[in-house]
Amino acid sequence: MVNKPIKPLLALAFATFALPALAALNVLACEPEWGALAEALGGDKVSVYSATNAFQDPHHVQAKPSLLAKARSADLVVCTGSQLEIGWLPILQQQAGNSKIQVGQPGCFEAAKLVHLLEVPSSVDRSLGDVHPGGNPHIQTDPRNIALVADALAKRLAEIDPANGTYYQDNYKAFAERWKAAIANWERQAAPLRGMNIVVHHKAFVYLENWLGLQEVATLEPKPGVEPTSAHLSEVLAQLQRQPARAVIRSTYNDSRGSEWLSERAKIPAVLLPATVGGSDRAKDLFGFFDDTIQRLLAVLK
Amino acid sequence: MRIYSTVLAALLSIPAIAFAADDADLRALRDEVAQLRAAYEKRISDLENRLVQAEAKATSAESAATKAEMAASTPAATPTGANAFNPDISLILSGQYSNLSQNPKDYHITGFHLPGSVIDDIKPQRGFSLTESELGVSANIDHLFYGAMNFSIHPDNTVSTEEAFVQTISLPHGLTLKAGRYFSGIGYLNEQHSHTWDFVDPPLAYKAFLGGQFNNDGVQLRWLAPTDTFLEFGAELGRGASYPGTDRDKNGSGASALFAHVGGDLGVSNSWRAGLSLLATSPHDRQWDDSDAASVAVSNSFSGSSKLWIADGVWKWAPNGNATNTYVKLQGEYLRRIESGDLTYDPNGASLGPSAGRYASTQSGWYVQTVYQFAPTWRVGLRGERLDVGSVDYGINNAALLRPNYAPSSYAVMLDYNPSEFSRIRLQFAQDKSIQGMTDNQIFLQYQMSLGAHGAHKF
Repeated sequence: MVNKPIKPLLALAFATFALPALAALNVLACEPEWGALAEALGGDKVSVYSATNAFQDPHHVQAKPSLLAKARSADLVVCTGSQLEIGWLPILQQQAGNSKIQVGQPGCFEAAKLVHLLEVPSSVDRSLGDVHPGGNPHIQTDPRNIALVADALAKRLAEIDPANGTYYQDNYKAFAERWKAAIANWERQAAPLRGMNIVVHHKAFVYLENWLGLQEVATLEPKPGVEPTSAHLSEVLAQLQRQPARAVIRSTYNDSRGSEWLSERAKIPAVLLPATVGGSDRAKDLFGFFDDTIQRLLAVLK
Repeated sequence: MRIYSTVLAALLSIPAIAFAADDADLRALRDEVAQLRAAYEKRISDLENRLVQAEAKATSAESAATKAEMAASTPAATPTGANAFNPDISLILSGQYSNLSQNPKDYHITGFHLPGSVIDDIKPQRGFSLTESELGVSANIDHLFYGAMNFSIHPDNTVSTEEAFVQTISLPHGLTLKAGRYFSGIGYLNEQHSHTWDFVDPPLAYKAFLGGQFNNDGVQLRWLAPTDTFLEFGAELGRGASYPGTDRDKNGSGASALFAHVGGDLGVSNSWRAGLSLLATSPHDRQWDDSDAASVAVSNSFSGSSKLWIADGVWKWAPNGNATNTYVKLQGEYLRRIESGDLTYDPNGASLGPSAGRYASTQSGWYVQTVYQFAPTWRVGLRGERLDVGSVDYGINNAALLRPNYAPSSYAVMLDYNPSEFSRIRLQFAQDKSIQGMTDNQIFLQYQMSLGAHGAHKF
């Protein structure tokens, strides 16, 4: 990669700068759920960095210097797609000087392409808010989506790093088996949630609702991506008189004020759900993420 | 169904009562009825069971169908046809109302020699006006190149090409090569489009040393080091037609630039970037109007070398790195320009005639600004800035030309409201002391909106 004569020079000049792992496959995950999945499938053959954490709205991230540095050395970027990262991923691709992660290359992996997207708008207009033409991108809240992505991601890892192909495939098999059992378990636990009416801050839970049979009756945001206004919150409160809901739900990166306001007045609990892996103490990995999500929802019924 | 069967049984038992003969007959009849009833009830309950089973089957078939649909569903249909390759188009609409306490007719920056065309570009306007409204078109060209173009529509109904460049996306080793017209990578604000700036106008130092913003026709090579800490180096060669350079008809390069950026994160809540840049231009016959020691209007011309050093830094803080609700941004830049060459002092028709002499100057300026988003849609900002007229040596013309000992300065405070990611309405108050002995109290009310392709979240 670096010419021999300038190598010592570089070593001297950048003594303070750690070089990224060279042995393992460098994976830049746009969101923590894909980072966790890449770790589960890649084990010690991958070195994973997550561009965002569960407390950051992945839509509103900037192409900050640390991300450019990571994108420069990435062998694979694993992102949600469906324009979730449209504000910053294209800049990383343009400015990182890394041909591997360009659109269409094996090193650019989009999870949303593998699942059935919900809320695909029939027409798009910004007066409808920050809508995603491809469909709702918050796919990580349905474990069946994770299963679909895991299959494709294991294949992609093998494509980029054929030497470890069987390793990735073995890891995938073990993961898929555990995951299938976990889904059955979660579905059993979550059976009482079916048909429960909820209010959400942002339309970030449609896949969870679809999976568990939750009924979304209102959103705190007047339009997707537009922060709650007091006028709209009052409307939601009035709507709840006619159509009661059991809880108001928000993600770890949403401002708490809207749901607390509504919780107090509508006398329903405000439930904070981890946006993804790392969003709570229990959500340490993908299994913990769904364990915790379901426990927090079940707590509403108690 | 059960009620129906009971009624049926009751009806059947009526004739039995009416034609009652003897006990044996009656018993036989009753047995028969009971049998009938049992048979009916069995059949009905069989039917009910079958219905329940059918319903269950239908439900499972439905869920199987859903599953099949989910499994079979391929990614959302991609658009076909020629327009599928249409580039991203974005339009920035911007306009403002300005209320200034001084007449901008006399606008200049005391002690800093700006050509008339630059002054026209940077001087504020009173009343209603369009500000830079911009049309941008961009897309990947193929697997090797990306291209972009930005037209800027100015208040006076002229259109200029802010940027029009092609850039590689597939060079190895972290290299990126850009060619065309582009905003130079020097400093922090220079490379950003003005609609992403946090104040209505550029800092005084940018006005004095870059004419607001410096774009160049040429080539740029950037190298991003393969380190965990962001480390980037860039070099540019170009025409250097815009201030501080001048247009020229010569082979070779009229402007060269070097820059280095370093940056990273401190914990999850802090991000930073610092940079050092050098812009070297060789203006030829750069003219400006001035008045000499005898208050005679003169026209001066400079030819020589101009070197501008810029040190810049930006630091951003957001709780957990989530800038949606609240964040703080602190940035500052220090610019220092060293010029040397020949100056022709021309007292415009006065009997003396032009006088040529040496010229050397070292001048500097800085600004510091901070922006605080205190609620999801509201931000306030504060900017302070100052220029240092430094040392100016006119050689043999030292007696004839003025060297004012004055430090232009300005303060600005802004409040903006951002209903969505795509719209912004900004109110700015500024006290501008660019001109010695004059304080311009400025009020700006500005809108900046973007439509079309989603804007880039640059750092």
